[in-house]
Amino acid sequence: MYHGPTKKCGLVRGRDAAGEGGWDMSRSRFWTVMCAALVSAPLALAQDATEAALEKYRRMLKDDPWSNPGLLDADRGEELWKTKLTACDLGKGPGKVEGAFAELPRFFADADRVMDAETRILWCLEKTGFNVAAFLRSPHPAGGQPVKEVGAIATYVASKSSGMKFAAPTAHPKEKEAVALGDALFNRRAGPFDFSCTTCHASDGARIRLQGLPLLIEPAAARKVIGEWPGYRVSNAHVMTMQHRLLDCYWQMRQDRLVFGSDASVALTSYLVANAKGGEISAPSIKR
Amino acid sequence: MNRISSYLVVAGVLVAAACTLGERKMTVAPELIDAALKGGWAASTPEWLARHTQDETMRLCTQYNNEPPKAVAATIEASARASIKYPADGKLIGDWRQGERLAQSGYGMRFTDYPARNPTGGNCYACHQLSEAEVSYGTLGPSLLGYGKIKDFTAEAIKATYEKIYNSHAVLPCSNMPRLGANGVLTPEQIRDAVALLMSRDSPVNK
Repeated sequence: MYHGPTKKCGLVRGRDAAGEGGWDMSRSRFWTVMCAALVSAPLALAQDATEAALEKYRRMLKDDPWSNPGLLDADRGEELWKTKLTACDLGKGPGKVEGAFAELPRFFADADRVMDAETRILWCLEKTGFNVAAFLRSPHPAGGQPVKEVGAIATYVASKSSGMKFAAPTAHPKEKEAVALGDALFNRRAGPFDFSCTTCHASDGARIRLQGLPLLIEPAAARKVIGEWPGYRVSNAHVMTMQHRLLDCYWQMRQDRLVFGSDASVALTSYLVANAKGGEISAPSIKR
Repeated sequence: MNRISSYLVVAGVLVAAACTLGERKMTVAPELIDAALKGGWAASTPEWLARHTQDETMRLCTQYNNEPPKAVAATIEASARASIKYPADGKLIGDWRQGERLAQSGYGMRFTDYPARNPTGGNCYACHQLSEAEVSYGTLGPSLLGYGKIKDFTAEAIKATYEKIYNSHAVLPCSNMPRLGANGVLTPEQIRDAVALLMSRDSPVNK
């Protein structure tokens, strides 16, 4: 039986062996560094082996980029865009898609609010007579079902910024406000489990079960993963958009359904994209 | 520089690092957060709405970025301690097999879990290593492998374990661990089953 870093770090910190929560998040970042420096080999090796196996699985998924089923949804989204939304302004002028996703969320004067890609697409669709109320009742696909129209269009829009870097504008006061609001919500603990987003995403190298957790509060980590959305989620067998991903987080946090396109959902995206500024967009990616 | 003074320098650096943590700078008006919360979540019933209302402990932990100053930490700790209820018969150790089952289960309280088809789980493995057999464990919390053995299976440790699971803030104010008893996630009877998993000699945790 090997207790490794946890036990040693517990002792370093003057806490008992099994820690009594000594790894609590805000403290853990500092101590993770300390412990990584102080403690070597066995557990790290075991974790490396697990991580290597997981990495191999991820690599296999990405080996042949044309095997990504999300590309079919991007194609479907392109058809929908060209038949319905040629007048839609994503921020770079009516009908202009190239590079638009890289500069979202942004403030739109015509809507008088900050919008992310999906929220803006829905806003544009509404002008064409799209039944928004019906859509909002079930905005995301169930497992194995294809991503819905808005998500397919978002996948297409994001794919037209693939290879570009996140550069959402932050000059407008409402854009600044959205980032700050997203930050506040990201850190706000609530619900029966007392979770905030940072419960999982402020700890470097930690996992839930075997799933690694990106350190989304740090630009270096955010840049690596935020650009992967929308992505084809193998475990769900459909494309998952950022709005859907955020909803899924709140499901796990045992909080209520996040409302599609709400100020809260856009603010969280603004915050994440601000952290990922300069990170490359690789949507649609393929995810576990 | 002699050895003692270099220790002092190191200690100084540690203190400085610790002091950079602390209270969140509020760059957003509370009214804006309230408005965003109101429109942001479905909150279809008063019960769901209540989940987004912070109690005093969560308000303080959020405000201080989970690093409460001493006096605040003491208040949180005291209220957490006062929240702890024990099983009616006073027995703090139950059935480790049931404990293992609830440690594995992440079922319950998610918005798709109503009406409930299963008992709510404790989801311990999501964050903790517990037994050698279960290799799919999370690392957000410390490894609890051999926990009972390390604690010598003492009565005091059994009580402390029950209390930690019931309300983690009684041990570490602003802990990231859910207040599983105080928030009504697990019943006192379920908690003692979890205690049994950690503190029984024949539990896989202590093999």
